[in-house]
Amino acid sequence: MVKRDVAADLVALLSAEGRDVAAEWAQRASGPLAGRMSLLALERELRELYTALVEALRQGAADVHAEQMSEVRALLTELSRSRARQGFTPTETAVSILSLKRVLEPVLQEGSVEEAGSYFRLGLLLDDLSMFTIEAYTQTREELIIVQAEQLMELSTPVVKLWEGVIAVPLVGTLDSARTQVVMEKLLQALVDTGSEQAIIDITGVPAIDTQVAQHLLKTIVAVRLMGAECTVSGIRPQIAQTIVALGIEFGDIQTKATLADALQLALRKSGVDMVEHAGGHR
Amino acid sequence: MTAPWSAGEEQQLLPVARSSDVVQVRQMIRTLAQQCRLSLVDQTKFITAASELARNTLVYGGGGTVRAGAVEKGVRRGVAAVFADEGPGIADVELAMTDGWTSGGGLGLGLSGTRRLVDEFDLVTEVGAGTTVTIIKWAR
Repeated sequence: MVKRDVAADLVALLSAEGRDVAAEWAQRASGPLAGRMSLLALERELRELYTALVEALRQGAADVHAEQMSEVRALLTELSRSRARQGFTPTETAVSILSLKRVLEPVLQEGSVEEAGSYFRLGLLLDDLSMFTIEAYTQTREELIIVQAEQLMELSTPVVKLWEGVIAVPLVGTLDSARTQVVMEKLLQALVDTGSEQAIIDITGVPAIDTQVAQHLLKTIVAVRLMGAECTVSGIRPQIAQTIVALGIEFGDIQTKATLADALQLALRKSGVDMVEHAGGHR
Repeated sequence: MTAPWSAGEEQQLLPVARSSDVVQVRQMIRTLAQQCRLSLVDQTKFITAASELARNTLVYGGGGTVRAGAVEKGVRRGVAAVFADEGPGIADVELAMTDGWTSGGGLGLGLSGTRRLVDEFDLVTEVGAGTTVTIIKWAR
């Protein structure tokens, strides 16, 4: 039952007589947060955590992963999540936990040797707790990033109608297989929905065309052709053109244009629309 | 060719383990190429070459690392990048460097095309031990 006693010592340390440890903890923790979180909210959060921690120790919890600590872990996860969402740094998140050490520090000077020993063990426990916090924090951030990447993928591939029978996809950024899939699906669906026979893929916003990107592009064009539509690639900048030539990629009989305007003009001509410029016309 | 750097030049190291790493490599190379004042065309060529090789490292080499940095040789300045993996290696280098030949599902232009995009190209490979490709582009 040694463990039990250690835990009891820690409880004694945490519930120091005549002191409101939780309040002091909140006071300490609020410093590094520089007023970005109200003391009241922070105290509520930490008091809850404090109560859970004392309760877990009272039940004889030995470390962070002990079963009795599940309530503490849940609270910590919640804390990390809200901090990560509010844009606090990992340090600012972990310091909330670690500042409890500072609160109890006077024990080292005033307390007995046994109390100093308990302080040390509590320190180890708090280190583990703060580590747990950072892990939860990082996980939340990663989840956010994944969600954003997915949103970006959806956002960055709009299919726009330029004219009756002419649609365009302005590509921005990198073209990997996942994006190609999205672009292809959207483009083919838009061809059906709008009854268009001319599609323009604009690559002005694509920074580099390597063999994989080119291959994806070629596949998309073949798919468009299979649907009976014609496809033009526009927005080929000089440096991209030179790179494609040096790489040795063959665009074969695929229609390409330097600008989207040229491509639109071509598409209109092919669909039988004549553009007439009037001398001295109103602009 | 051993490492293209003489003493004192800083290099950056990036892992290539996922396809998102290829994007990071490309961004690192872009920054370096801009710092070394490569022309826009040369920048694009070098970035494309790096993208190509990083993808090879990932797809055929099963992941590896990229080390890149500025190089100096006499009065010339440029950018160098070394792509290393510990994958299966290339059994027939001559065949792998042939336009249009691929062991995967690509266009078969990656290696051969990359050589045309850069000023210096060096490929060291051993079956079962891995492949190291070094490329350099000099600023004009």
